[in-house]
Amino acid sequence: MNIHEFQAKQILGRFGAPVPKGQPATTAAEMEAAFKALGQPKAVAKVQIHAGGRGKAGGVKLVASAAEARQFAERMLNKPLVTHQTGPQGRVVRKLYLEEASEVARELYLAMLVDRKAESLAVIASTEGGMDIEEVAAKTPEKIITEPIDLTAGMAAFQARKIAFALGLKDKQVNQFVGLLSAMYRAFNETDASLIEINPLVVTAAGAVLCLDAKMSFDDNGLFRHPDIRELRDPNEEDPTETEAAKYDLSYVHLDGNIGCMVNGAGLAMATMDIVKYYGAEPANFLDVGGGANTEKVAAAFRILLSDSRVKAVLINIFGGIMRCDVLAEGVVEAAKQVNLKVPLVVRMEGTNVEQGKKILKDSGLAVIAAADMADAARRVVEAIGKRG
Amino acid sequence: MSILVNKDTRVVTQGITGATGQLHTRACREYGTQMVAGVVPGKGGTDFEGIPIFDTVEQARKATGCNASVIYVPPPFAADAIMEAADAGVELVVCITEGIPVLDMVKVKRYLAGRKSRLIGPNCPGIITPGECKIGIMPGYIHKPGKVGVVSRSGTLTYEAVYQLTQLGIGQSTCIGIGGDPIIGTGHIDALKLFNDDPGTEAVILIGEIGGTAEEEAAEYIKNSFKKPVVAFIAGQTAPKGRRMGHAGAIISGGRGTAADKIAALKAAGITVAMSPADLGSTMKAVLDDRK
Repeated sequence: MNIHEFQAKQILGRFGAPVPKGQPATTAAEMEAAFKALGQPKAVAKVQIHAGGRGKAGGVKLVASAAEARQFAERMLNKPLVTHQTGPQGRVVRKLYLEEASEVARELYLAMLVDRKAESLAVIASTEGGMDIEEVAAKTPEKIITEPIDLTAGMAAFQARKIAFALGLKDKQVNQFVGLLSAMYRAFNETDASLIEINPLVVTAAGAVLCLDAKMSFDDNGLFRHPDIRELRDPNEEDPTETEAAKYDLSYVHLDGNIGCMVNGAGLAMATMDIVKYYGAEPANFLDVGGGANTEKVAAAFRILLSDSRVKAVLINIFGGIMRCDVLAEGVVEAAKQVNLKVPLVVRMEGTNVEQGKKILKDSGLAVIAAADMADAARRVVEAIGKRG
Repeated sequence: MSILVNKDTRVVTQGITGATGQLHTRACREYGTQMVAGVVPGKGGTDFEGIPIFDTVEQARKATGCNASVIYVPPPFAADAIMEAADAGVELVVCITEGIPVLDMVKVKRYLAGRKSRLIGPNCPGIITPGECKIGIMPGYIHKPGKVGVVSRSGTLTYEAVYQLTQLGIGQSTCIGIGGDPIIGTGHIDALKLFNDDPGTEAVILIGEIGGTAEEEAAEYIKNSFKKPVVAFIAGQTAPKGRRMGHAGAIISGGRGTAADKIAALKAAGITVAMSPADLGSTMKAVLDDRK
């Protein structure tokens, strides 16, 4: 789960990280009030969307009066902002943030994340702040500092100093940096974060270390421990179909193709998308109904698939191990009636009670295209959309 | 022959009275696995359909000599259950539970370091040596005893591969689902090392997916040290970047962990990669026929 910059800064600030003073706003009037409340000659107005590249896209502006803050809000709110991370359709701006302006002397990069290979946490830092870190890593890997953290020892001060000196920090900045990493580490552990990224981390003209931007992501599996973090979810930043799917405990990811896929198990679901592509078409989604899908869940999955108007055919691929094929077939028949199925439906199922399942589909009167195996299913569903042109 | 589990394996179920624990303990026993104990704190002294229940894994081990554990307890308590099994000295710990926080797994891995227990999973279907011992949630009947090892990050996709093999008359030595989480106990390379040393395994199917670099590392290991033919498949060739595809570990992040990178690494190591998941069985058959 991702949150907005201002929320990440609020969390990090609570743990003692140095963040600029600021205030969120959702209307032009609130933005104007925020400028007055800040009481400084200049401030930075920032669009809040769950995507990077806002600055280059015009979503960040230095404003010198309450009127300018208001104008920024009027120009940005309720319109899509297109950045290199949003895709061509952009992301509609619904929230803004106004914070104190800082004079920047140096821009650095700092992140804390779960390092899968080291099976622990790690700090990533670089002198190349404000840049796309993936690009830095690809072009100049020597400029990336990686420091693994041992959870038993925690964020050791000597490690933080090592990174600070490698970044060229000096004097009181070193201790400020040690304090920042300690705050980040506590925030990470106490919220079950999966990523904290400060890009850029700046040294101000006055010589202080400051988190100028902040991004936080959380481990979905850890959210049960943090109802307060769960509250920060912004449904506007998520695909509405995916939000709907989550209600039924379905794992769904929206894609750009026109073949709706319904599968049990994440690996098989990915493999089903792959085989659709292999036979020349594009999957409309990833959808894992899980191991214990019942009629209600299958029906919900069906509704969600068909709510996407681009879906021209549906492919169901179920390997019933624990899940019985007769139960699945009943679910499909029930769901197809409920949702008034109008597109071709190809069903491939295998496993427990498969013959009973096939009979239920056959006797239902539904125009189900039965497939013998995975390849046959993919061929048939691709053929089905071909015929419809 | 087989790896890790066989007809002599004695299994304790942690979380035996939950719905999942009951269902699969029964199914594993029907398959022929020696299900010798259950653990549910507070229910020690009772039994589940004749299987004695203990309060702690330590008690279960002392009383029954169980040398493998299977864990079905819910995510908030699963990390604790793994550590309890390791503390009791259980040699093989199979954690089926999906949804364990990744920071819990970081701690578990640290706890397991230097202990003799091997963890499989979490978020996995388990492990099976066909005809001898099934620990986990996979459907037993699709398997057939034989000489192909299977190691996979997926559940149902593994069943698909096994089913294709069995349909073609190719049996399996042992099939391990290593799990779909970012931090797991036994990895691809660990499983491959065991298959390498197992005279009963002639060839291996390796099923990977997007996310992390485990398959790239496995490719390197296979190139340098693995003596048997490997057929691989990588799921998620059509997965978008930055999106979690069901499994917590199946995400392309920072431009790393793409299917294309993994396939390229496997091919560069001389491994046969099936480009369609429907071809896993037939590709393995062709590889085996070539050797005859």
